[in-house]
Amino acid sequence: MVKRQLTMVVDPIMCDGHGVCAELFPERVRMDPWGYPMVDSRDIPVQLREHAERAVGSCPRLALHLIERRQSSGRVDRKKKDLPS
Amino acid sequence: MRSPVAANPGPAPEATALPRLLGGLPSDGAPVGIREHLARWGTAPVGSAAADLVDQLSASGLAGHGGAWFPVGTKWRSIHHGRFSRPVVVANGAEGEPASSKDAFLLTRLPHLVLDGLSLAGAALQASQAVMYVPERRVRGVEAAIDSRRQLGLDPLEIQVRAAPDRFIAGQESSVVNVLNGRRDAVPSFIGIEPIRDRGANGRPTLVQNVETLAHVALIARFGPTWYRGLGTEASPGTMLATVTGRWSAPRVMEATLGMPVREILDLSPGEAGNYLGALLGGYGGGWITMSALMDLRLTEDAARRANSSLGAGVIALLPDTVCPLMETARVVSYMEEQAAGQCGPCIHGLAGLAEMTRALALRPAALAGGTQAILDVCDLVDGRGACRHPDGVTRFVRSALVVFSGDVANHLRGQPCPRTGAPGVLPCPRPVARNVVEAGRW
Repeated sequence: MVKRQLTMVVDPIMCDGHGVCAELFPERVRMDPWGYPMVDSRDIPVQLREHAERAVGSCPRLALHLIERRQSSGRVDRKKKDLPS
Repeated sequence: MRSPVAANPGPAPEATALPRLLGGLPSDGAPVGIREHLARWGTAPVGSAAADLVDQLSASGLAGHGGAWFPVGTKWRSIHHGRFSRPVVVANGAEGEPASSKDAFLLTRLPHLVLDGLSLAGAALQASQAVMYVPERRVRGVEAAIDSRRQLGLDPLEIQVRAAPDRFIAGQESSVVNVLNGRRDAVPSFIGIEPIRDRGANGRPTLVQNVETLAHVALIARFGPTWYRGLGTEASPGTMLATVTGRWSAPRVMEATLGMPVREILDLSPGEAGNYLGALLGGYGGGWITMSALMDLRLTEDAARRANSSLGAGVIALLPDTVCPLMETARVVSYMEEQAAGQCGPCIHGLAGLAEMTRALALRPAALAGGTQAILDVCDLVDGRGACRHPDGVTRFVRSALVVFSGDVANHLRGQPCPRTGAPGVLPCPRPVARNVVEAGRW
């Protein structure tokens, strides 16, 4: 089985700073002084996936995405996974 | 090492001779027509060389001259065909950077090298569409150049021309694609999820390549990677066009060998160098550098990065000692704030804060709560948080100003009146906001 590394990204154009993500997923998201999320780009361990997916699904602007990162190159895979499974 | 040459005609190309791109320019300032172009360079091997051109580009070590210095062979190789689509190739001549004029120089004086490069890209990538993306005022000239080639059948793919809006970010790769897709504003998209090379103009894989880069491609396709490597260093081969301002009475576009010491380009005595406070390298997304560091710098992107700057699009702007460097910094930051797309919250708020704080540092330092650390804190908050690299360029610019002009910063913060604050600015900021900053006057 291929081990998938997921990381969170925010689309800064879509984001309006509602703040739901920081509320639901403080392990990886905190707010800047202007009310916009600062997303920690480290891989999200399995035990945090549920929180991550709830934050993604709750963003009123659909600005939050979980993307797969290829382990070897660190490059971001183009396939996005933006809804909770 | 040969001296850089501004613009004069030369013989057929020796591998180790400058100029390359600028060879064969008529001294009267006229554009090189298609007849002179073919007489000097011959026809581009659009049909024959197409198959292995990508390999040749990789072997040549050519990097993109639009500002990112990304390896061209790698970039072309990443353009894959869609299952039901062929790629689009775009020559990017938007040149939103106000201090740069090398792309305009190529488009007006040497359009056929660029058009050759675009047709070669189209052939190598089996594109279905080839587009020249140039400022409105260059459209007619470029169309005339394309017409003159059409009669000779030089371009297998019909080359289209699209007008680039007149704004700083119009040349960002995703801005280009948005304009090609019919959007009026040349603003970037978020490409963190799906890169432009996969889904660009009309959803097709899209190559956006700077016009100077394509001009180099036109020569590499003719003479090969070994010839290209006849100048420059192992890691940074070839030549580059630079726009030098502040050195002579008018900006000059020059061709220089990569790896050459910048002092050879500037031709300044140590005494004359003392008449400058420093220089802006790369452009408004580049960084300030001291004159001594600049004079010793070897002209490569790696060396520029180590000096916390960038070669960017090849701007070398000398700052005369008649102006206040903090005022210049504030003018440019205000300009960059105004030129931002205004799409991303951290960029909107961050650049507004940086514009305000750099203005305060220049004009009312007592009003700058927290001193320079407050400015650096905002830089940290802004870095990497826009959809494009526009805010990152501004933070590099601001950070470098605080280091290179630390003496002026200290004087301002001590409340010593700056004798140069009211002097007219020298860096071009072609928008009203920047002028208002100067008119705010002395404190």
